[in-house]
Amino acid sequence: MEFEAVIGLEIHAQLRTESKLFCGCSTRFGSEPNTQVCPVCLGMPGVLPVLNRRAVEYALKMALATGCRVNTNSRFARKNYFYPDLPKGYQISQYELPLAEKGEVLIEVEGRRKRVGITRIHLEEDAGKLVHGEGADSRYSFVDLNRAGVPLIEIVTEPDIRSPDEAVATLKALRDILLYLEICDCNMEEGSLRCDANVSVRPTGETTFGTKTEVKNMNSFRFLRNALEYEIKRQIEVIEEGGKVVQETRLWDPSRGVTVSMRGKEEAHDYRYFPEPDLLPVPVEEGWLEEIKGGLPELPAEKAERFVREYGLPPYDAGVLTASKHLALFFEECVRLYPKPKVVSNWIMSEVLKELNRENKDIKDSSLTPDLLASLLKLIDEGVISGKIGKTVFEEVYRTGKDPRKVVEEKGLVQIADRDALKGIVEEVLKTHPAQVEQYRKGKEGLIGFFVGQVMKKTQGRANPKVVNELLREALS
Amino acid sequence: MGITREEVRHVAFLARLELTPEEEELYSEQLARIIDYMEKLKELDTTGIGPTTHPIPTPNPYREDKVQPSIPQEEALRNAPDKERGFFKVPRIIGEG
Amino acid sequence: MKPYSLTIHEAHRLLKDGELSPEELTRSVLERIDEVEERIKAFVTIDREGALKAAREAGERLKRDEGVTPLTGIPISIKDIFCTKGMETTCSSRILRGFVPPYDATVVKRLKEAGAVIVGKNNMDEFAMGSSTENSAFQITRNPWDLERVPGGSSGGSAAAVAIGESLASIGTDTGGSIRQPAALCGVVGLKPTYGRVSRYGMIAFASSLDQAGPITRDVEDAAILLGIIAGHDPLDSTSIDEPVPDYLEGIGRGVKGLKIGIPKEYFIEGMDKEVEEAVREAAKTLEKEGAVVEEVSLPHTEYAVATYYLVATAEASSNLARYDGVKYGYRVEDPENLLDMYCRTRDKGFGAEVKRRIMLGTYALSAGYYEAYYGKACQVRTLIKRDFEEAFGKVDIILTPTSPTPAFKVGEKIDDPLKMYLSDVFTIPCNLAGLPGLALPCGFTRGGLPIGMQFIGRALDEATILRAAYHYQSVTGWHLLKPSL
Repeated sequence: MEFEAVIGLEIHAQLRTESKLFCGCSTRFGSEPNTQVCPVCLGMPGVLPVLNRRAVEYALKMALATGCRVNTNSRFARKNYFYPDLPKGYQISQYELPLAEKGEVLIEVEGRRKRVGITRIHLEEDAGKLVHGEGADSRYSFVDLNRAGVPLIEIVTEPDIRSPDEAVATLKALRDILLYLEICDCNMEEGSLRCDANVSVRPTGETTFGTKTEVKNMNSFRFLRNALEYEIKRQIEVIEEGGKVVQETRLWDPSRGVTVSMRGKEEAHDYRYFPEPDLLPVPVEEGWLEEIKGGLPELPAEKAERFVREYGLPPYDAGVLTASKHLALFFEECVRLYPKPKVVSNWIMSEVLKELNRENKDIKDSSLTPDLLASLLKLIDEGVISGKIGKTVFEEVYRTGKDPRKVVEEKGLVQIADRDALKGIVEEVLKTHPAQVEQYRKGKEGLIGFFVGQVMKKTQGRANPKVVNELLREALS
Repeated sequence: MGITREEVRHVAFLARLELTPEEEELYSEQLARIIDYMEKLKELDTTGIGPTTHPIPTPNPYREDKVQPSIPQEEALRNAPDKERGFFKVPRIIGEG
Repeated sequence: MKPYSLTIHEAHRLLKDGELSPEELTRSVLERIDEVEERIKAFVTIDREGALKAAREAGERLKRDEGVTPLTGIPISIKDIFCTKGMETTCSSRILRGFVPPYDATVVKRLKEAGAVIVGKNNMDEFAMGSSTENSAFQITRNPWDLERVPGGSSGGSAAAVAIGESLASIGTDTGGSIRQPAALCGVVGLKPTYGRVSRYGMIAFASSLDQAGPITRDVEDAAILLGIIAGHDPLDSTSIDEPVPDYLEGIGRGVKGLKIGIPKEYFIEGMDKEVEEAVREAAKTLEKEGAVVEEVSLPHTEYAVATYYLVATAEASSNLARYDGVKYGYRVEDPENLLDMYCRTRDKGFGAEVKRRIMLGTYALSAGYYEAYYGKACQVRTLIKRDFEEAFGKVDIILTPTSPTPAFKVGEKIDDPLKMYLSDVFTIPCNLAGLPGLALPCGFTRGGLPIGMQFIGRALDEATILRAAYHYQSVTGWHLLKPSL
């Protein structure tokens, strides 16, 4: 029997506000434990939450960017459970009437486009961090509440996803939007972007859902893919062996490459949600919403479409260039200075991305500017250097941020197009390879490349290939 | 309707209260009477009546996103029953869930 | 007359005129505490040094005549539910014993800024859950009119202290009658303001949508003075109302001529103490004689108020009290085996019987399968109760009711029957459900010499009108002038 997977994602994104969701403590990552806390986020007796306006604004940005309907009187609710990283014994979240509902995100997998529905986007506070003791301390856990109260949005997708590839594409698409909006760092290792998945399988063609499991702890795109692949396979096996999938939470264990049941740990949970009495419905005036809408940047999908239309790029290139807002900006600025979009695109997609990926950097953090790349490309066009030398120059420019013209001068990389200067070298090459000259003359004309290569070698690649070709053909004829 | 002994035990677990058998007995009895009394509300037809969760509704105020000074670590931990190296210290989570 | 038995406004006049110093006044109160506290047990913390220091500072302030308020140099006490920076705050619970907050409640901050002298923290029912102050983890406060009897609750320590002269006034809190009922049982004035009129920041939460702080004083004028100081918008409390605070003393003496007073027929119930009923009906007649228009009104959903209240209040409480888990502050059980064991035993040992009962009830009311039938239903009935008042206030300006169906009962009399105890809150609870202001004041005595209280309920934010009616009633009757003697 053929099976298909049905997947829905629950994504938590930490919002890049200065202060926490309900108090003025800093949201900075990586400080000494319990130094970014106050009576409010420590859950001391008698304290009350006061809502951070910017957190709502950021959440609204995401809602609008994904085409959600915004509830102008959404409500906060308490989610009640005991855990040492949850200082009040409840998390202030949203339950009935979330901030936004019914949106969508566009993904593309193997050239096929697809809409994935967004069920809801809501605001909530993060919990603190629990460190488990080791060795002599193994009987204890240690609680740091710096993170407690940092604003999060939870994005819940519809169960529209049918494969691990689509799940990865969905998470990537949402991440790209979050980055474009500059509302989340999306650092999965530091936990500023987290993803859980609801997974079930059913015989292909079936329309009802199978029993789902919730898979947690997938803190990278790779883990998301691996965990889903494993979990889908596991569920199919269970069914094929005549068993039943149990509704439960499972944890991805990356070291063993399996999902592990948390059975018994979740069963007893009854969150007893009820409206948060310390906060009133969240007011979102029409004017504010319009203002946010007006300030939204062009989003990745729109930008990619425009790149195809305006610059005549292939959709694939447009997708790569627009995945990062800064890269897209870099591209457009280069094109303004050097108006050959396809050439710029090729250089970015090969040379620039190669260097960036090697260092795992974003373009905005590198010393390369559009100016530098554009003047490098001009040097090639002007024939000052060859395309090949251009790559060498680029590496230096990327590394040092130096003007390419200066690099060319300093390293003596100016192209040799002077026929007289090259003539001697060509003759020398032919003289030292008489056998090849012989073969060439007998009709093996492909050897011209060999001779060009030899000339290039002697000139450290600086010879103008066009001139070399001409000289060789003259000399050999 | 009332409340069963099993439910009392479950509710006590949700509320993280370890009741003695005597307490369990007493609360079963008392809660049953109290909940019985609450059944009175079922006399009322509340179809279409919205809930009141705030007696005096006002627009929720916003705070501007400005960092205010936190309290020193020492002060944050001053009242803690157990602490170590700047952390609150708790027994490990075994049998928790 | 000893200084400790002065009202705030009387003392203020003497302090301003230099006929009395804040230190003398404070010493008089501290001596009174030494004299009677052993029998009354109204305090969980007494801060002699802090009080005398504050008194001396107030003295300087008076001398320089800088920033003097009607509260400057006045010794008051506050219910131990308010967080006080650097001073232990327990809510009369074992689970918070030793907790020293690093912050002041907004109410406390405002009192301190006004120059008040805080002599100590009053005993209360643990986490404000109770109507007798018998649920304190530390001690039972006694009614100064009869030491065998309870002072009411949960602000019983506050009401008893004010009645016997251990402080000139106190700040209590009222979730279902916790200011008004003890005020009635101790023969003093208690005012629960409109929900949101006074900040709840730093006031330890029992039921967030019902809790409200307010004054307990010896007369109506003092209640107006104190309310004027503690009321007002607070950016730290999102539910606090952003409306200007009127001068509550202005127009307080305008009388009741033409004032429409409604008497709800549902408030004179079967099983109600005859003497209480007579006293309240007599008060209505007095007000009529003074020119008020008294008429009967109906609040048809009154009989559902207790059930509604005990579902809403306990549901919110079950969540509010989840933070007492032995991690960050307060009590933790010795040698826990693991985290779950620590939670369960800490909370079992740390909370008293009534608190646990209410946590259980509230947890049940919110739990899967019961939410709609209990908590959800109660929130809907709350709407009906609110509408009852809206309709009544379409016809009358204020509502007059008894405060409590009975005068002070004996210690131990109701403690084993929680439901009976709950039912005694029937007249005070509706006000909290609707968020309206309610003021309790003395309106007579039983033949046995116990005070009887009545209650005025006003429109939202219209504390001024109930203060005016109460002030007039007080000035033509004088019940508030009678003092207990030990």
